[in-house]
Amino acid sequence: MASGNRPLSPHLQVYRPQITSILSILHRMTGVALAAGAVLLTYWLTSAAYGADQFERAQAFAGSSMGRLILLGVTVSFFYHMANGIRHLAWDIGWGYELPKLRATGYLVVLVTIGLTLLVWFSAYSMRG
Amino acid sequence: MEMRSTLGRVRGLGSSGEGSHHWWVQRLTAVALIPLGIWFTFAALSFVGADYAQFKAWVGHHGNTLLLILFIMTAFHHAQLGMQTVIEDYVHGEAAKITSILLIKFVSFMFAVSCILAVLRLYFGG
Repeated sequence: MASGNRPLSPHLQVYRPQITSILSILHRMTGVALAAGAVLLTYWLTSAAYGADQFERAQAFAGSSMGRLILLGVTVSFFYHMANGIRHLAWDIGWGYELPKLRATGYLVVLVTIGLTLLVWFSAYSMRG
Repeated sequence: MEMRSTLGRVRGLGSSGEGSHHWWVQRLTAVALIPLGIWFTFAALSFVGADYAQFKAWVGHHGNTLLLILFIMTAFHHAQLGMQTVIEDYVHGEAAKITSILLIKFVSFMFAVSCILAVLRLYFGG
C-alpha cells in the first residue's frame, strides 16, 4: 500500500501539550530508559560474577556522582512507569476514561512517583550518609 | 457486517497474525513486575555501599535468588515487548523494522541469560 509522504498523526506541531499527552509520551520514554537501565543491571550483575575486584569497580561507578544521577533517573522512571502502568491496567478493565478522572489519575501518578522516589532516596542516604 | 472469513474468525488471530498474544503477555509481565520491581528497588537499598562478600551473601539467600531470577526474566521479557512496540511505531521501512526487532529480541535474551548466569554463579559460589 503506497502511503507516500503523508503526515503522521498525532500532529505535534499544532497540538497543545496536555497532561494526558505529556504523561502518555513519558510512559514510553521511561520505558525505554528502564530498558537502558536493564543493560546497566546486566553490567552490574556480571561484574559481581567476575569477582570482588570487578564488583568493587561497578559499585564505585554506581556510587559516583554520575552513577547516582543515572540511578536517580532509573528510580524516577521505574516509579513513574509502574504507577502509570497501573493506570493503564485500570483502562484495560474499562475504568477511568472520563476526562476529569484521566486528569486526576494523571496528577496522582505524578505525586506517587515523586513520593516513592523521595522515600527510596531518603532511605538510601540515611542508611549510607 | 462481518468482513472476516469464517476461517479467519475461528482462528481469531487478526491482522497481527498472533491475536492478542503480545498485548496479553505485556499485561501479564506488567502485573508480575509490580511486586517484583518494588521488591528489587527496596532490596537495592541494601546494596548501597555493600562489598562483594555482603552482596554474595545476599544473593546466596534462597528467597533472594528466586525473586532475583524471576525479576530478571520478567523485566527483560517486558522490556523486549515494549521496545518491539516502540520500534513498530517509529521505524518505518520493513527491512529496518524487522532487523531492529530481531536485534532487540536477541540482545534482550542474551542479557537476560547473562544476568541469570551471574546470579547462579554467585549462588553456587563459583
